[in-house]
Amino acid sequence: MNRMHRSHVLPTLGLALALSAADLQAQSAAPLAVPPTRPALAPVPSDRPALAPGNGKLLLTGGVSSIDGAAGGGLTPWAVIGGYATEGEFGGTAFITRATTQNYALTAWGAAVGFHDRFELSLARQEFNASVVVPDTTLKLDIVGMKLRVAGDAVLEADTLMPQLAVGAEFKRLNPGPAVGGVLDSVAAKRDGVDVYVSATKLFLAPGILVNGTLRATKANQNGLLGFGSSDRGGYRLEPELSVALLLRKNLALGAEYRFKPNNLAFAGSAFIEDDWKDLFIAWAPTKNISVTAAYVDLGNIVGHTRQTGGYLSVQLAY
Amino acid sequence: MTFPKSATRFLLRARSAVVCASLVAFAGVACAQNAADDALYRQFGGQPGLVTLMDDFMLRLLADPRMGPFFKDVDQKHLKEELVAQFCEVSGGPCTSNGPDMRKAHAGIDVTRTDFNALVEVLQHSMDAQGIAFGAQNRMLAKLAPMHREIVNFPP
Repeated sequence: MNRMHRSHVLPTLGLALALSAADLQAQSAAPLAVPPTRPALAPVPSDRPALAPGNGKLLLTGGVSSIDGAAGGGLTPWAVIGGYATEGEFGGTAFITRATTQNYALTAWGAAVGFHDRFELSLARQEFNASVVVPDTTLKLDIVGMKLRVAGDAVLEADTLMPQLAVGAEFKRLNPGPAVGGVLDSVAAKRDGVDVYVSATKLFLAPGILVNGTLRATKANQNGLLGFGSSDRGGYRLEPELSVALLLRKNLALGAEYRFKPNNLAFAGSAFIEDDWKDLFIAWAPTKNISVTAAYVDLGNIVGHTRQTGGYLSVQLAY
Repeated sequence: MTFPKSATRFLLRARSAVVCASLVAFAGVACAQNAADDALYRQFGGQPGLVTLMDDFMLRLLADPRMGPFFKDVDQKHLKEELVAQFCEVSGGPCTSNGPDMRKAHAGIDVTRTDFNALVEVLQHSMDAQGIAFGAQNRMLAKLAPMHREIVNFPP
């Protein structure tokens, strides 16, 4: 109870705190000064917990949930830690995302937990309806993500160019079903893969522009939905991913993303050419507990169907 | 040989104009920025605007369950004056705030990132209530945010 009391009572922003201290100094200069230790601010209990639920971040500064589960934009992870927890706090998010194009549909859902605004653990499942190519086939991709903020602060370091930096990994396992599995075996695409990435995120606070750059080392074909690597190209490739967002209001951001992707299966025929992914998004967070992201996505060629574009809708709950 | 004071002032002004002109040649924005230095101050309504803002801000701090108990015992009138002076100064207004060293001022008070952000949120509500444009709010917050380095001190 004391803990709760403290975290809610203990005030804050230093500016005001500091100024009341100035007040103290001014008074102590007067004759018959009050003792300089007179508490102008609330007394501070000393038993602050090392870790407690919390939501101390500013609105939208934990990003939204990417399709892979990691906090970021929609298609790419950012260096932010998901949820609203700051140091000494933990917080979680859960999301569901649906993207549909002319011939396909992807549903993704999952959850993430952030600790101390330092470490993020995420779980996600993607289900890709491929029935248009192989009847009654849904590709299922499970993703465990981990992300560690290694330096910087994306939001408050407004007088420097230093971004927030994070490193992350996404462990992916595909269940393609027997028919697609046979095709993947024929091109030596594996069912498991690990993406490793570094991200740099910077909010330019005065103009209200957020920029993220992520560099991903990956073998994944179509994010892993078509396995990992191939007999033609089996190694890791480095792929950049870029996001830019403009804050229209404190609860509303408009942005764009571009994610470069490998093209490991092109040797198997033009149907298997893989294109970069792009999107235009708008994210709205009416409260810290919910955000809604809508986007227009351009996923390019996907298994014989060129120029797949469509809509994307994602809802994230946060606590 | 002595110049009349008015002539000296004229020469100084002329010199700064020349300096400005040559700066423009190399970095076009420098002089424009100087000329518009108090733009943010004016967007906050100058002195009257800041006084109104801080009157509102103090009421919101007191009403906020996270902040209220903390601020109810401070000398609110004096604190508001100091806040007006500080916001005036950082927004380019004609003020010099003699505020205390931020780090010392918070010694002995545990201030977390959550505490810092909570006050930012209350301030945002106050700025919204005063009809201050979102862009101007962010330019002000960009001046204030780096103070977190001196203010946030917990965990140590």
